[in-house]
Amino acid sequence: MAAGPKAPVAFEGLGKLDKPMSAALTWVDTRFPLMANWKAHLSEYYAPKNFNFWYFFGSLAMLVLVIQIVTGIFLVMHYKPDANLNSAGIPIAFASVEYIMREVPWGWLVRYMHSTGASAFFVIIYLHMFRGLIYGSYRKPRELIWVFGVMIFLCLMAEAFFGYLLPWGQMSFWGAQVIVNLFAAIPIIGPDLAIWIRGDYVVGDATLNRFFAFHVIAIPLVLLGLVAAHILALHEVGSNNPDGVEINDRKDPKTGIPLDGIPFHPYYTVHDMVGVSVFLIIFSAIVFFAPEMGGYFLEYNNFIPADPLKTPAHIAPVWYFTPYYSILRAMVWNWFWIDAKVWGVVAMGASNMIFFALPWLDRSPVKSIRYRPSLHHWIYAAFVVCFFILGYLGTLPPSFWGEKISQVCTVIYFGFFVGMPWWSRWGQFKAVPDRVTM
Amino acid sequence: MSEDQASAGPTDGGRRAAIVLTSGVGVVGAACGAFPLVNTFAPSERAKAAGAPVEADISQLKDGEMTVFEWRGKPVWVLKRTKDQLASITKANDKVADPQSTRKPDETPEYCRNEARSRKERPEILVAVGICSHLGCSPSGPFAQNQNTAVLAGDQGFVCPCHGSAFDLAGRVYKNKPAPDNLEIPPYMFLSESKILIGEDKKKDA
Repeated sequence: MAAGPKAPVAFEGLGKLDKPMSAALTWVDTRFPLMANWKAHLSEYYAPKNFNFWYFFGSLAMLVLVIQIVTGIFLVMHYKPDANLNSAGIPIAFASVEYIMREVPWGWLVRYMHSTGASAFFVIIYLHMFRGLIYGSYRKPRELIWVFGVMIFLCLMAEAFFGYLLPWGQMSFWGAQVIVNLFAAIPIIGPDLAIWIRGDYVVGDATLNRFFAFHVIAIPLVLLGLVAAHILALHEVGSNNPDGVEINDRKDPKTGIPLDGIPFHPYYTVHDMVGVSVFLIIFSAIVFFAPEMGGYFLEYNNFIPADPLKTPAHIAPVWYFTPYYSILRAMVWNWFWIDAKVWGVVAMGASNMIFFALPWLDRSPVKSIRYRPSLHHWIYAAFVVCFFILGYLGTLPPSFWGEKISQVCTVIYFGFFVGMPWWSRWGQFKAVPDRVTM
Repeated sequence: MSEDQASAGPTDGGRRAAIVLTSGVGVVGAACGAFPLVNTFAPSERAKAAGAPVEADISQLKDGEMTVFEWRGKPVWVLKRTKDQLASITKANDKVADPQSTRKPDETPEYCRNEARSRKERPEILVAVGICSHLGCSPSGPFAQNQNTAVLAGDQGFVCPCHGSAFDLAGRVYKNKPAPDNLEIPPYMFLSESKILIGEDKKKDA
């Protein structure tokens, strides 16, 4: 299926070099769809002109992905996934991380960038998902963008979980112990499944080695594929915007370009550079001045080598998992002769999986929060507040009131989704304009 | 494929069958290929062999004290209970979920399926795997009366730091906690007054 001969690529702007550049680009373009892709995804990808603050986080997520991959490659050159004790009686994996921190030239910076990058990734992804939520970016025809996005989110959680075991500190060990034991809660096959995941009867060297393999190659490969699918799906249907207006519905009759669209390059590439600059200022400040973030990014107990005989007095997951951890802890009832433990695991899994259903749960006649009734604003607010409360409670040791409050918040969390087919249709909606507003 | 073949009319049944058959064989082949890879995840022969019994010396253990031994990579508690502590176990009978440890018979050897979950010859010695039956953390304790009122109220026992499950001084789980079962009691036997063999409860020489 050979297409017709392509037009030569004309390159401008470098003076004397224009001619050889044009020739080189033409040579490539006759052998590889270079200009076609450049146009389709950058110079002739028309994005709505009314993007606001919330639209920085997609490109920032890409930036952090690159930071994680690049710093990760250099960490792998010094890290040793070995749970055996060295001559000083310290697990080799733990000692190799300390070696990176203290003896590898600039190793501390690479490692702090990687550990801060993990938390930054989740901050950005949560904000990115919230943007999708309030502007209805998951609504038809963007359901698959959302579905790929949720898969990216799940991969990211797996990536963070596997990576957290590698320093082989107390939190690494007991965190992995708890999460792997979640699988043991599955009736009948559970206990054998947990042994199969660990490769041993307890979390040990076999577990560390396989988690290392997942963290550095298996999950990153899947992640990159999903990011490509996410962007291809986005560029197929076009970006949503804060008004939830379809810019492709109103095109210039002569050029076929959306009236409210501007080329991604140079307009949004330059625009995103502002976001990147601000992000890097904040990111550097954390890397240099607060890499542990008061125990939220790097937990204090993880500076103690893993001890399989003693759980630290207070264990909690890293902050980005705490909302789901609270939901897990909130389930304390044995319903229908099934253990509370199983319900906890089911609830925690469901609290993530329910994101997949969002495009089909929302029945509101408008996409964007801008044109929704104020009742909806309150519902969104309640959801966000509950998410934060669950997150906060997940960092605390178990307590009577913490349990009760997390149970209420869990009900609201699920009520938000399960009730959405109904509440999303309630109230007086505002008229959606034909064109985007600035 | 040339154009006249593509528009050749009804599907060739023989070719369709061949496609289905080839795909089917391909899937079976892929599954066979995946089998060894999936099985590399199972515990290695070395890991399986590492479950040898452990000898625990309790000659230094005083009344009310607990020490921890490692068996199969897990913490095994040996607690020498006082009269008062044993009495607290009897008092807890109504508060625990499974007082006679009948729910999961595999996890409590027959000779320990009693209130104090210990062997008749030394009822004050508790030997238990210190791994919470909820999600595998190691509970803290033992806490005396009113020492951990947040979870135990006025009772004695162990508290799991992860999700707040509580156990009495026989390792029996209190009701309405995340953990479903009592702590596991490993097979064990007394070699002498001061030596316990953890992981083995029958004389080897036959």
